[in-house]
Order: sequence, then structure tokens, then C-alpha cells
Amino acid sequence: MMADARTVHIEVSDLTMAYGTFVIQQDLSFNVYHGDIFVIMGGSGCGKSTLLKHMLGLLEPASGDILYSGQSFINASAAEREAMRRRWGITYQAGGLLSAMTLAENITLPLQLYTDYSERERDSIVAYKLALVGLAGYQDYYPSEISGGMRKRAALARAIALDPDILFFDEPSAGLDPISSRLLDELIVQLQESTGATVVMVTHELASIFDIATNSVYLDASTRTMIDYGDPRVLRDHSEQAVVRQFLSRSSATGQEDSP
Amino acid sequence: MSEQAPGFQLQHGTGDVITLQLSGDWLQGQETADFTELRTELARTGASTLIADGATLGEWDSLLMAFLLQCHDFCSEEGIEFSTREMPESAQRLLAVATAVPPQKPAKEAPAPWFKSIHPVQILHDLIDDLRESLAFVGEITLAAARLVAGKANTRFTDFRTFVYQAGPDAFAIISLTSVLVGMILAYLGAVQLQQFGAEIYVADLVVIGMLREMGVLMTAVVMAGRTGAAYAAQLGTMQTNEEIDAIVTMGISPVEFLVMPRMLALVVVMPLLTIYADLLGMIGGGIVAGGMGITPLQYIKESQNAISLTHISVGLIKSVVFALLIAVAGCRSGINSGRSSAAVGQAATEAVVTAIVYLIIADAGINILFQQVGI
Repeated sequence: MMADARTVHIEVSDLTMAYGTFVIQQDLSFNVYHGDIFVIMGGSGCGKSTLLKHMLGLLEPASGDILYSGQSFINASAAEREAMRRRWGITYQAGGLLSAMTLAENITLPLQLYTDYSERERDSIVAYKLALVGLAGYQDYYPSEISGGMRKRAALARAIALDPDILFFDEPSAGLDPISSRLLDELIVQLQESTGATVVMVTHELASIFDIATNSVYLDASTRTMIDYGDPRVLRDHSEQAVVRQFLSRSSATGQEDSP
Repeated sequence: MSEQAPGFQLQHGTGDVITLQLSGDWLQGQETADFTELRTELARTGASTLIADGATLGEWDSLLMAFLLQCHDFCSEEGIEFSTREMPESAQRLLAVATAVPPQKPAKEAPAPWFKSIHPVQILHDLIDDLRESLAFVGEITLAAARLVAGKANTRFTDFRTFVYQAGPDAFAIISLTSVLVGMILAYLGAVQLQQFGAEIYVADLVVIGMLREMGVLMTAVVMAGRTGAAYAAQLGTMQTNEEIDAIVTMGISPVEFLVMPRMLALVVVMPLLTIYADLLGMIGGGIVAGGMGITPLQYIKESQNAISLTHISVGLIKSVVFALLIAVAGCRSGINSGRSSAAVGQAATEAVVTAIVYLIIADAGINILFQQVGI
């Protein structure tokens, strides 16, 4: 089913996630290929965001490994992890913009830390990144002075400041109206197509999933493991798991999915 | 592959068409040409069309895109046609995304210079506003207290227990330390003077009266303002940031009843107890110093007993209740009126401590004058 000719970018192998002795998800194994828009989906409380946090190294797995371009992230030293993280752009559910800094300062921060651009170049790059997300001219605004949708886009501008290879999104369209959410989706696709980055996102917005995802994994809360993996459009119609078909077609659990 | 320095050249074509020949690797870490050079160059030639040509372009990243965007913005300002047909396709696409939304020039007012913000009338105005707001808050608290007495208030007593614990037992260590030291300081202050008259024994009276009426309660209050008052402001400020207070209001619950009352009551209950504890430890501290001056523990205790009176204790306790109210009001008011950012929460906590201490000193002076007049 998969186009295996593409190269593996992120490999999750036999990952088990647990809080103490409480297992959240176990035996997770899947690949994210270069240029994928990969969606982690599942019902509420199944551990989607937890999986993302493991991939970002904010939480440590109980067992298993996550490999980026063939290099183990779990066994990497702190310095190696830092180097790998620098190739990532991350937007958090609430944006994660630093509220005491203007948008320009927020985007300048990673540039200042990790590049040797001159101040003039930094300013021009900040202007370009803000323009990319449709916020040209908003340099001097504080996050509290702009709307929620704009904050999400500003967070995206910060995430792409360093031209990342991988973009992570935690619920990008949560709390956005359908139009803003659609625009954000389009933006993600455009950025992905023009930069060739790999996108990993956690979402349960069906519209987003069908519009932009090229591959996905479904985490099940009751069996505590992944029960399906593949292109969500294919899974909707052909998944062997009734739960996945129900999830993707928004039908109730009472066997409605069998009606034509 | 060795990297080549990025650069550009302007080539005049037919008519007033100018080609911007981009070359080299436009990558992070390379020294790029200044855009202002290009701007002056273009202004001089007065072209009507600018074509960006990437035929000799090496590798590139956001640095090139930022440059192209500047060219695009400059050209649209000057009415020059800017074409990127000769650029790599992905660069064209990125530029299309970046220019899809025209640059906004939102009216963002530059902050006025600080000296302009100092305006006597404005300051007086702000002060009156502030006072009115404080009074309104005190009024709300009074109403909430009345409802509480009537048994109609939405105050959760599980919260109250937590706050009592946080304000009381958790504060023992710091209160112990400060009280013992303040007792010793009082004793030293008096000892130097009293020794001249051979009246060392009266150190006990000085420590007892000083601790009971003044220092015990004041030091406790200052510690509680820094500890509990700031904590209240930070808690409520964070709740404001997380829209928790909005949620409480829209559920039809008064935030004063639900959030302020348990905190204030906890402080009112705990402060007198902490004050008595502080008084006791202060006297022990004074005793240590007195011991160093040759007064036996028995003498010290006997003389202290002579000095202690219910009046002195009551003065301290009355003050402690007043101070508790002031600390709670300052802390909760700053928290509830806090802005919705991490910086604003910090500001609220600072404001809480500063106003609480100002209130404390003023109230202490006022109460002392009052008691002096009535002769207590």
C-alpha cells in the first residue's frame, strides 16, 4: 500500500509509552517518509499528544526507540538531541509564543541562538517568515494583541524560522473557525510542497485529515496500541478495523457504518 | 562542493527592462549584499520591469527568499513590475505564498516617551480611579461576607482548608527564624541603653511590649505579604490568564465568593495564631540575649510575667486581623485585575506585595495613633 520507494525519515519502533506502571500505548511501530504529511489520530485520551511528546523528547518512553534519518533519538546524548532538535520546527496547541516578546522578537529568538545572520538579515528573514504566514507588518505586536488564529500562524512562523526538515503540530486547528483552519491547512501544504519538509501532526479534525494527510496512524484507547496505519482516505473505506472506519466517517459505534 | 559567496548583478536589457542576475549560494552563514545597494541602483536606473534570474544560482534557503520578498515589496511600492519567471519553481511558489496576503500596515501606536506619561492631573486621576476600584472591591468583599454569614455564598470549604494549611503550618519555619531574630534585635537595642543605668532587667519588659504590640505582628504580616499575598496574586492572575475566572463568572458564581473569600478567611484565621507564635519565639530570642548579659532565665521569665498584660496581647491580635484583611485584599485584587500574560502575572505579584506593605505600614501607624489617643 505504501510507496516504499520513498526514504524513511522518522522510524518509530516497538515504542511503549507509560506513566509509571500505567501503559498508555504499546508496540507502536510505523514509518514516516520524507515529504509526508503524517497524521496521528485517535479518539480523545488515546495518547496522541503523548506520542508527539515522546517524539519531541519531552517524555521518555518505557521501551522502544525513535529514529530520525536512521539515528536513534532515544539513545542519543543531550548534545546530539539538541543538534537533531535544531532541524525541527514545533508549534504547540496554544501556540507557545512567549507573551512578553513581540512577534518579531519571538521569531528572532531561534535565529539569534542558532545562526550567525547579521541583524539586517535577521530582520529581513523575520519579515519574510511573517509574510509567509500572512502576517506581514505585524512585527511589533505582542501575542496578546492578536487573535487566536493569528497566534497559531505566528507560532508557525517561529517554527519555520530555521528552515526545519520536520514540522510538528499539536492540534493545529484546535479552536479555529473552519475558514481559518482551512487556511492554516493550505498553508501547511504549501509550505510542505515548497520546502520539502516532513510534517507530523496530531489532530482529530476530519476535514484536515482528508484534505492534507498523506499517511496516518490510528491509536486505539481500549486496546492501547495502533490498530491501523496508512492513507486516511484508503482507511476510511477499506480499513479492516470497524473503529477506524467509524472514526473516519463520523458514524456512531452502533453498527451504522455497515449501512450503505 | 565549495560554497560560493552569494551576489547579484544588474543587467540592462531591451527598453527599460532590467535583469537581476542572482549568483552563488544563498545559504545561512554567507555574507550577503545589502539590499539598500540594490534599492539605490534601481532608483538610479529608473526601470519599469525587474526580472529576477536564477540561472547561475547555487543552493539557497530563506536568505534568498527574504531578499526576493524585499525586492517584491520595493517594486510594488515603486510601481515596477517584478517577475520571478526565471527563478526555481519552489522559490516562485514560496514567494507566491508570502505575497498572497498584502502587507498590513496596522495602526500600531508607538508608546509615548516616558516623561510624557508623568502628568500631574493624569496621576491624580489614576489615583482616584485606583481608590474607587479598591473601594468597589472592598464593597464586593463585604457583600460576599454578608452572604457567607447568611449561608448563601458559593464558598468551598475544602479550598479554605488548603489555604489555611498553606498560610499557616507551611510558614512556621520562616516565621520562627524572623521572630527569634527580631526578639534578639529588640533586646540588643534596649540592652545598650539600659546597661548605662544598671537596669538590664527591663530588657524583658522592652521585648515583651515590643513583640506583643508591634514587632511580632508586623514582621509576621510582612512575611505573609511576601509569601501568601504574592501567592494569591499569582494564583488568581494565572486563573485570569487561563480564562478560569471568566468561566467562574459565566457559571454565575461570584469570583469574590468563590476565590477571594476562602483565601481571605484562611489568612484571617491563621494570622492571629501565627502572631502569638511569633510573639512567643520573639520573647525566647530576647531571653537568649538577656542571658548573655547575666540575667538568669528565672529573672527574665518573672519580669516578663510582670510586663505581659491582656491589653498588649489584644493590641497585637487586633492588628493581626486588620493586617490579614489588608494582605488578602491587596493580593486578591492584584490577581483578579491582572492582565492575561506571563509578564502581567509577575507584575500582579509585585504589585500585591508592594501595596500590601504600604497598607501595612499606614494601618499600623493609624492604629497606633488611635490607641494612643484612647489610652490603650
